[in-house]
Amino acid sequence: MTAQSSRFILICSGKGGVGKTTLTANLGIALARLGATTAVLDADFGLRNLDLLLGLENRIVYTAQEVLAGSCRLEQALVKHKQEPNLALLPAGNPRMLEWLKPEDMRQIATMVGEQFEYVLIDAPAGIEGGFRNAMAAATEAIVVTTPEVSAVRDADRVIGLLNSEGVKPIQLVLNRVRPKMMASQEMLAVDDVTDILALPLLGLVQEDEQVIVSTNRGEPLTLGDSGSPAARAYTNVARRLRGEAVPLIDPSKERQGLRARIGRLMQTKIF
Amino acid sequence: MTLRELIDKLLGRQPASADTAKQRLRLVLAHDRSDLNPELLEQMRREILEVVNRYVEIDLEEGDVSLATEDRVTALVANLPIRRARIPEPELNMAAGTPEEDSEGVATLG
Ligand SMILES: Nc1ncnc2c1ncn2[C@@H]1O[C@H](COP(=O)(O)OP(=O)(O)OP(=O)(O)O)[C@@H](O)[C@H]1O
Ligand SMILES: [Mg+2]
Repeated sequence: MTAQSSRFILICSGKGGVGKTTLTANLGIALARLGATTAVLDADFGLRNLDLLLGLENRIVYTAQEVLAGSCRLEQALVKHKQEPNLALLPAGNPRMLEWLKPEDMRQIATMVGEQFEYVLIDAPAGIEGGFRNAMAAATEAIVVTTPEVSAVRDADRVIGLLNSEGVKPIQLVLNRVRPKMMASQEMLAVDDVTDILALPLLGLVQEDEQVIVSTNRGEPLTLGDSGSPAARAYTNVARRLRGEAVPLIDPSKERQGLRARIGRLMQTKIF
Repeated sequence: MTLRELIDKLLGRQPASADTAKQRLRLVLAHDRSDLNPELLEQMRREILEVVNRYVEIDLEEGDVSLATEDRVTALVANLPIRRARIPEPELNMAAGTPEEDSEGVATLG
């Protein structure tokens, strides 16, 4: 793989805790399973977690820090996933790196990684400060993760503004922690509301799913198995769409069958 | 208005929170995106009304200047109901050089 044909995708959100790292881990595994060589870069140097979600925390020897310092080769720092050898993690270095790390450093690391992998997923830290800007420098396209909540959508909007001004594109949206029942009863922002407000194409819808927590406990991303839980399917579909497959998007709040769902839809009919 | 909204109104219930969320977001994002603080916006609103008021008589109570946002484009939207045009000032008339004078000098604009 050459750097030119690689895709450098930033996974970001603005607001913290909306599911960036979970998406990065699951998407990384899903892409690898679809046959694409994929590297995930932990760009959250302050609060690194990607290693933990992938179950690779005990196999880290070197990090991005040693690679940058030239004290180890990239291959030595990359941690290959045992079950899914198409996937490798480049761990974040010491939090003190934040003091001197510059956007050029991140760009340099990403370029090196891109020489060996088709997909380079960059797990950004929350916020819009230095750490985020460093991560953004390494990317050519972005996935913005948000939940259907006012604060998350507002922060996503800030991030989209920054991505636009840096010329990062395309920018696509993943809506996480969707609760179909709440959406159907209009107590949660609808999918269309969020995509309209942010004016981004929708790359995926991930439901609120307990299995996400179970899989995090184990350090085994949902996309590793064939569990078929709603979130697992959603993450795999995101990977497929990223690769250009036309996988239809189904709004779970409109999908629901039965009398209650029908009454719910009736209530939404415009009468004047 | 949807059926749900009608029933909510009839029963005196609060509207569904998703709608409230959407409206609040639209407003806050219009401000975020324009980087105008409320004070500046209010000043601009007053000055716009002042200028417009020089040319046409507007309903100052009804007049509304606000930010709206759609597709990541923020627009300044002014909705100023016009009562009628002001009587043209004499010097403006001379400059225009129109010999026929309007009998009343007031155009009613609906
Ligand atoms: N679809 C989901 N269903 C249920 N729980 C979820 C879902 N997505 C994420 N979570 C939970 O939300 C929490 C935050 O997720 P995650 O760490 O991926 O967010 P983050 O955006 O990376 O956070 P940070 O900003 O701190 O880096 C975790 O506990 C995770 O298990
Ligand atoms: Mg994270």
